[in-house]
Amino acid sequence: MGLDLIDRDAEILFNREVARDTFLMGLQAPQIAAQARPGQFVMVRVRAGMDPLLRRPFSICGTTEGENILILYRVVGTGTSLMSGIGEGNRLAVLGPLGRGFEMPGEDRTSLLVAGGMGVAPLIFLSQEMEPSLRTFMAGYGTAADIVPVEQIAHDPMGLLIATDDGSFGHKGPVTDLLEIQLTGMDGQLPTVFTCGPPAMLKRIASLAAQRGFPCQASLESNMACGLGACLGCAVRSASGREGTYDLVCRDGPVFPIQSVDWGSL
Amino acid sequence: MIGGAPDLSVEVGPLKLKNPVLAASGTFGYGLEFSELVDLRVLGGVVVKGLSLQPRAGNPPPRIVETPCGMLNAIGLANIGLEMFLKEKLPALRKLDTTVIVNIYGHTIEEYALLAAALKGVEGVSAIEVNVSCPNVKSGGLAFGTDPDATAMVTEEVLKRTDKPVVVKLSPNVTDIRSIASAAERAGAHALSLINTLTGMAIDIETRKPKLANISGGLSGPAIRPVALYMVYQVVRCVRIPVIGIGGIMDHRDALQYLLAGAKAVQVGTANFVHPQATVEIIEGLKRYCTENRVSSIQEIIGALETG
Repeated sequence: MGLDLIDRDAEILFNREVARDTFLMGLQAPQIAAQARPGQFVMVRVRAGMDPLLRRPFSICGTTEGENILILYRVVGTGTSLMSGIGEGNRLAVLGPLGRGFEMPGEDRTSLLVAGGMGVAPLIFLSQEMEPSLRTFMAGYGTAADIVPVEQIAHDPMGLLIATDDGSFGHKGPVTDLLEIQLTGMDGQLPTVFTCGPPAMLKRIASLAAQRGFPCQASLESNMACGLGACLGCAVRSASGREGTYDLVCRDGPVFPIQSVDWGSL
Repeated sequence: MIGGAPDLSVEVGPLKLKNPVLAASGTFGYGLEFSELVDLRVLGGVVVKGLSLQPRAGNPPPRIVETPCGMLNAIGLANIGLEMFLKEKLPALRKLDTTVIVNIYGHTIEEYALLAAALKGVEGVSAIEVNVSCPNVKSGGLAFGTDPDATAMVTEEVLKRTDKPVVVKLSPNVTDIRSIASAAERAGAHALSLINTLTGMAIDIETRKPKLANISGGLSGPAIRPVALYMVYQVVRCVRIPVIGIGGIMDHRDALQYLLAGAKAVQVGTANFVHPQATVEIIEGLKRYCTENRVSSIQEIIGALETG
């Protein structure tokens, strides 16, 4: 099946706060929903006009009823602040689905999903495409108030493991502690790890992957202007051995085999 | 014109375009990136991402940052190199049946000359745009574009080695753009395109670091439009060769301002990022404007500014 990029105005079905400063938006975008794969993203124009000028990239957090897409976002700046104030029934220009998503693990393979903060977004979509008994989802946050109700969003009581930096909920410490505990309990069997979150967390997971040899796919975030591979703004240094080469997060990613990224540069 | 569609075709020196709307270099990839979203045959043409002799990896990230009504970029002329372009991109682009203008960039005058020579006679390349105005690379680029004599030397060397129309793309980061424009004209350039981006910077007050790894970058988008428009207005009045207007064009009304100021054609840049179909909608808007104003040919608009 040929994939088609779609750039359409999509109607907002709902836009509600699900955690502190964190919103879940449902958009009616049947052609995008029909093609979207976990790990792919959309570029959203938060309003017409010149300021803010650029679209914002958002991971697709899921699809519903085969024709809607979900976007999970935290209010961090002007664009997301404006977005949080737009009510249902309004329309936003949405371009997608963009980028290379996750490659699904082989059948019968155990998967560990490791999210930091808003990194839960693409992993929620991914978790819904996986056999429940073969996946474990863990998420880390700064504090309890930041916790995203993943199970509620996914309508899936998946038994999420949670870590907070301040210990206000779940394990006290980074989510990578939970990953290490899981790996230790697996008796040398190598799971596939899927991850998305802040660079420091991804770096730590990259070094764990190198030490222990588990395959890992990481979804990266970057500033970008177009999402199409034209602005070249979303470059990330690649570990391909060739000196000073870059991959584009929008086109070559956003999901990368974790060892293909030069983590020393981030 | 009675009831017929308005004629949008223009001539930019020896370069004939079906309409005056081009996609600007660096904002449209090699054209192929947009081919799923835009029917390239509809466009006046595509100016491809600046090509150098050797591939360039570009600057470290962060490379872009949004600013009020605009953006700063410091890509560093990342490109696949001329050879790869000719081998892998041009054949595919040729099939999409659009006018292709190749933007070239060199570190030295000799490199510009070699690029021009390599493009001589190449089928599917309608013109060369000489980039003497990139603010984001350490050598070459802007070093030529801020000096009238150096601009003239690059222009002459390119002209000697090519059979194609040569457009020289000018930088606004100069004291008086007219002196550079006149130098390029005297050297024989067939046309000028202006403006490239305006040098600028942005600082993160939390980290107290520049928002771009390169420290400075080139400002583009609607924020620069009035500056660019005035430069086009000035240059149109001091040279006889055609001028292509560039700078913050988001819709057909913006494009019309440049045409009224005397630009023979326009390039649409940052708008392609915001709205991939921007070029196509601008062409539609120009048609509508002509029909509504009983203008049979867009050429009636070019330079029709009334200052009395």
